[in-house]
Amino acid sequence: MAIEDDVVVIGGGLAGMTTALSAARDGSRVRLLSHKESTLRFASGLIDVLGYVGDEIVSNPFETISELPDEHPYRKVGENGVRDGLDLFDSVTDYAGDHTDTNALVPTFGGNVKPTARYPKHTAPGLASVEQDTLLVGFETVVDFDAPLAAEHLAETVPFDVRGVTLSFPGDFRTDARITRLAHALDTNERVEIGGNGRGNGNVQSGVSQSEPIRIALAERIKPHLGDAERVGFPAMLGEEHPEDVRVTLERKLGVEVFEIPMGPPSLPGMRLETQFETALKDAGVRVTTGNPVVDFEGDDEIEAVVVERNGARIPFHGEQFVLATGGLVGKGIDSDRDGVREPIFDCYVPASDDRYDWSEREAFDDHQFARFGVQVDDELRPLDSAGEPEFENLRAVGGVLGNCDFASEKSGSGISLATGVVAGRNASDEVNP
Amino acid sequence: MSEKEAESRDPSELQDVFSGEPMDLRPGSDDCYKCSTCDTECPVAEVDDDFPGPKFQGPEQWRLKRKGDHDIDDSVMSCSNCMRCDDACPSEVPLSQMHNTARGDYVESQMSKFSREYIRNRILSNYGKLAPLGARFPRLTNFVMGLSVTKFVNEKVMGIASQRDFPEFATETFTDWWDKRGGAATSKKRAQEAREKRSDTTSETRAGRDDPREMGSGESAANDKRVAYFHGDYSNYNTPEVAKAMVRVFEQFGYEVVVPDQRCSGTPMFANGMMDDARRAAKFNIETFAALVEQGYDVICSCTSCSMALRQEYPELYSFDGTAKVAANTFEALEYLRVHEDLEGELADSSVPESEFGELAYHAPCHARNQGLDGQAVELLSALDGTDPVDVGDSCSGISGTYGWKSEKYDTSMKIGDEMFEHMEDVESETGMTECPTCAMQMNHGTGYDIRHPLEVLDAALVDV
Repeated sequence: MAIEDDVVVIGGGLAGMTTALSAARDGSRVRLLSHKESTLRFASGLIDVLGYVGDEIVSNPFETISELPDEHPYRKVGENGVRDGLDLFDSVTDYAGDHTDTNALVPTFGGNVKPTARYPKHTAPGLASVEQDTLLVGFETVVDFDAPLAAEHLAETVPFDVRGVTLSFPGDFRTDARITRLAHALDTNERVEIGGNGRGNGNVQSGVSQSEPIRIALAERIKPHLGDAERVGFPAMLGEEHPEDVRVTLERKLGVEVFEIPMGPPSLPGMRLETQFETALKDAGVRVTTGNPVVDFEGDDEIEAVVVERNGARIPFHGEQFVLATGGLVGKGIDSDRDGVREPIFDCYVPASDDRYDWSEREAFDDHQFARFGVQVDDELRPLDSAGEPEFENLRAVGGVLGNCDFASEKSGSGISLATGVVAGRNASDEVNP
Repeated sequence: MSEKEAESRDPSELQDVFSGEPMDLRPGSDDCYKCSTCDTECPVAEVDDDFPGPKFQGPEQWRLKRKGDHDIDDSVMSCSNCMRCDDACPSEVPLSQMHNTARGDYVESQMSKFSREYIRNRILSNYGKLAPLGARFPRLTNFVMGLSVTKFVNEKVMGIASQRDFPEFATETFTDWWDKRGGAATSKKRAQEAREKRSDTTSETRAGRDDPREMGSGESAANDKRVAYFHGDYSNYNTPEVAKAMVRVFEQFGYEVVVPDQRCSGTPMFANGMMDDARRAAKFNIETFAALVEQGYDVICSCTSCSMALRQEYPELYSFDGTAKVAANTFEALEYLRVHEDLEGELADSSVPESEFGELAYHAPCHARNQGLDGQAVELLSALDGTDPVDVGDSCSGISGTYGWKSEKYDTSMKIGDEMFEHMEDVESETGMTECPTCAMQMNHGTGYDIRHPLEVLDAALVDV
């Protein structure tokens, strides 16, 4: 009767997809419910495990896990959980970074360096730990990346020369062209008019209209600025479907290495990652249902079904085991108003001071209480009530909805999603098929 | 200001905290933080560099025209109303509602009522008004509409793409068949027989199980198992086999079906900014179906754009009595059955002739995607012997109802469809499947495949002849 699966995962971000894959690969029939398109497309595409503890930058996350407080999600799943999470990730993607336990330092679009455990292979040639003189290239119409400013910031922290230049993107695109439009032009190597309209690079033959493939036109535009640079960094927009082709063509034409700098949404590395995970979910037989939010559940001590709603119409999804992967305050897995902080679907206990003025501190980057808001879990990752007892027999929680960690300042968000996801998926599956 | 803004939402939600005035679409506009994800998901922007995308059409244009010194940009007429932007937005901005309102304003205040475009759009969006005429003389109409001279005139005079074949009218409409068959009385009888037969088999095979949902034939089951069918115009005039399949499948599961008088759902009218026409049609439908919901009926649609209109566009745009009630009790046919019946189990025990179905290239309509229905047909029919549905990916078919019928939109429509055509060609057989009648037209137009509706497969698998 009705829609029935072994394991029902609520939330389509990295944590939810990891949980679903982990349970499905263990032999369970899995349903993944996601309100909207996956949140991966808003993410940088970098996979951080642990970048900072307090103000201290972390070199080796695995050696540092034991220093975290007992309640931290990493302490619940242990070093093995974190390693299993990364193993699952590596089996799904073509990322770099699995050769070492040590964090890599990836330049960001603001000109900082970010300690991260896994990074897209298109980002790999740009690592700050490689001492090569670097040229950053931005485009007039891609306003989220200011190459000269990023270069100036980066030069303050790295032991090599960094310059930045802003160019006009080749071709006659709208000034507000989407970044994906430009990426697709590079994917298909569209032909663009060169010269004319004053935007050319000097090779105009008067009266003759010429066109050439956009990758070539782009390389030609950069050459005069190359100087001694040994590599060139672009905002992450070098193709959506064929980034390797685009990057290799540019490398060949420029004679130096080419890399991408991760960007904010819409994020091409995030979209590529989403595609890789979607393929893996399909291969593993996970049944994905997207489009409506989960708003409620049926059951008492044990959850029988979660209820999805569209404008008042309620659709129940039954299962034996449930996993909550709805994200934190930003992802709407944790909700708050003037009266308190809540987990809206199951009303799991979320501790917070009664006085909401304690929730935040004065300065933006202070150590805020709200950053640690989330559900409390036992070693099985089951949410606990205020008395410390499991809220439900068959519910687990993973990723951003978990409390007791400040993933934004720790740079631990992706790692927590992967580690708790892989463990919860496995445990849920074990309950179904002991 | 739309009616929704003025009346239908809880006033406490809508008031401006400072002035106490109603807030209209401002909260939606303010929720946009310009992540541009909607723009990357827009199938029109994907192929048309001149189209500024949903972020502009929605929140940005809304702000621009606040002071009344800006016209609505005519590019709003290039939005195909696929509503993918709604699904892409992480911040609950009511993009398609903003587009519908802007398009309505544009047509009302900026488009000449004597222009060829207006007249053409009015005719296209009121297909349901003309179809009865065609359906009265189906063979003649089909003959005339198929003539190259007709197509030539349509293209030159009306701006209707001559590349397309006009959909053929069925020789007998669904409602004629329904009346001839004995209407609701016959359906009641058939449903009752099916319930009796089911309770016999269930008591044989599931003896000792005390599941009230299995106890089929009593009075309470008869009251529970009643549905009102919103068939829409297309399945009435052009593909009655889909509507007949719906009736037979639901009766087989013991549901009594009623088919009330109804108008077009309004989907093509929203998409063409014909808001007065849409309002009239919606009012009629809401009144009719709200009365049935009141009596305990659930509303079932076989077309995913129809169900989209009843569930989302009506409550976004109107506040007639019963609007919310109809929205909350409307379901797509397969969705309803899989929630209330063991549809997957029954399909697993059944089969269809492989020669007729076999591999099916399935395309999920954008409006199905929006309702969370895009995975269900493949999921359910995979259990069935004799067919192997293959999802051809998440691209838009490009026709978007009346959009691809317009001469000036034809190329855009086919460019959007290219990805789907390609993936369909990868499927070995030459049969496709989708819930949306115009997606079906586009699939057939681009590949020559014969296109079926999932209900037809269910009919073949589950209904005792």
